[in-house]
Amino acid sequence: MSEPSPSAYPTLPFLAWDTLWFQVAGTICNLRCTHCFISCSPANHTHGMLTLESVSRYLREAESLGVKEYYFTGGEPFMNRELFQILEATLELGPATVLTNGLLLDARRCRRLKALESTTDYSLDLRISLDGWGSEDHDRIRGEGTFHRAMQGARNLWDAGLNPVFTVTELAQGIASPAGRQRFLEQLRDFGISKPRLKALSLFHMGSEAQRGRGYHPWERLEASTPVNPEKLQCGSGRMVTSQGVYVCPILIDTPAARMGQSLEEAQRPFVLAYPACHTCHVQGVTCRT
Amino acid sequence: MSLGPDRIAVFGGVYSNHLALEAACRQALAQGAQSLYCLGDLGAFGPHPERVFPILERYGVVTLQGNYEESLAAGRPDCNCGYTDPRDNHFAQISYDYTAEKTPAAAKRWMAGLPKTLRMERAGRRILMAHGSPRRINEFLWHSTSPVPFLSRMLDEQRADLLLVTHTGLHWHRRLSPRRDVVNVGSIGRPANDGRTHVTYALLTLGEALQVEFVPVSYDVEALAQEMRQEKLPEEFIETVRTGWWTTCLEILPAKERAAGRY
Repeated sequence: MSEPSPSAYPTLPFLAWDTLWFQVAGTICNLRCTHCFISCSPANHTHGMLTLESVSRYLREAESLGVKEYYFTGGEPFMNRELFQILEATLELGPATVLTNGLLLDARRCRRLKALESTTDYSLDLRISLDGWGSEDHDRIRGEGTFHRAMQGARNLWDAGLNPVFTVTELAQGIASPAGRQRFLEQLRDFGISKPRLKALSLFHMGSEAQRGRGYHPWERLEASTPVNPEKLQCGSGRMVTSQGVYVCPILIDTPAARMGQSLEEAQRPFVLAYPACHTCHVQGVTCRT
Repeated sequence: MSLGPDRIAVFGGVYSNHLALEAACRQALAQGAQSLYCLGDLGAFGPHPERVFPILERYGVVTLQGNYEESLAAGRPDCNCGYTDPRDNHFAQISYDYTAEKTPAAAKRWMAGLPKTLRMERAGRRILMAHGSPRRINEFLWHSTSPVPFLSRMLDEQRADLLLVTHTGLHWHRRLSPRRDVVNVGSIGRPANDGRTHVTYALLTLGEALQVEFVPVSYDVEALAQEMRQEKLPEEFIETVRTGWWTTCLEILPAKERAAGRY
């Protein structure tokens, strides 16, 4: 697929290396969420697991470029057998956040995470994805029993002394309104998490979500004349590493033209915002960062 | 003529706490500070924003523009503090609307002319001061999310050896290499979310070696709480000054900083 024409869409400059993402579990997941924008599943090997060796190579480059913070996602990151070693290497250089569905957060893993966190000045953060409060909303998207198991993982983290951020998609009833958000925080307090942390996320109408919900409309594109702000859009200051190379952002890893090179250095160049997902980020102010 | 090394006091985040500001200035001079610097955010949170300006003038405090001053001077509808959570923004808006209403027009004009950064050189060290960061007035530089490689890059780009910032309200010092340092000077308007009611400024001794001391400042907390009550400021703010625990602006905290507080 060829690069889109810069005359038809806005071009975003790359300002600085603030955020580096790793697709550490590739597109391999223990769930098949029906809203996944990259259709992760146990069988999706489009992007493979990243190895410690590969991540370490990128970390060396990231150190010289002065990266501010690191994020790990998948798929399900805890399916990567080298994740703890990868996090240990990362936390020597900066803060790290892991995005998880919470299912593999047993008490032993949570204690290991806490031990890791205790050895560094930098923050180690965990983000647990929810699609609603209770099995009815959440399990419809993620599979039977997943709400209960995710919350058990959250409890294990809390008991170990780590306070996760709950990342809640707009499929959760009322999460977009301040009152709905407040209700969600109260529910977390009732659950026993006295300092609840919450991040709402928009849906991207691609991948599995295009079948479950809807695909993008033709008009959901940015125009060349749209003023875009590289300080607000995450592609102005971050990139995503997968087993296939360096991509512009965590959302567009199934878009061949969004692959920006093999090294971080190759990837620090402007990007043409030609894709419907770019419209979502711009219009809704989405950032994958916490 | 100064015989010893330069000693300067640097603080930020006054947040209209005129009682703490007066106490900090007095204490800094008693500790031998030759110059006083304020890195911005004079208003917000506390009562009577107009009481801050005469104190800054009396003590000759060199003042930088924070996001609060930038917003007030430009007549913006909000403080541009950089919060992402609706509850944080709700309380930030109460602060801002109150401060905007009570800040005299002449003070707003004065704010418009304040510098955003300040550079100087002492003992062969290139010093740079800014509010949030040199690149963005409302950037939060927290201790647990401002790693050494990132700060080193920032100092390279800015051609500086010592960077002083504020904006977060939490003080820290990170040594990048023997003669390269970043200091967040913290806030003298609000306690540092550690269950103690004092506020903090940074006392820097700029000799061959750099010494950074975070100085606790005690002031009449109950008098401030009383003024806040009279001005009908939120009970949540009053609780913070009386207990030393933050009750608002919590969602923006990184994991480590959030874990350290009560809420």
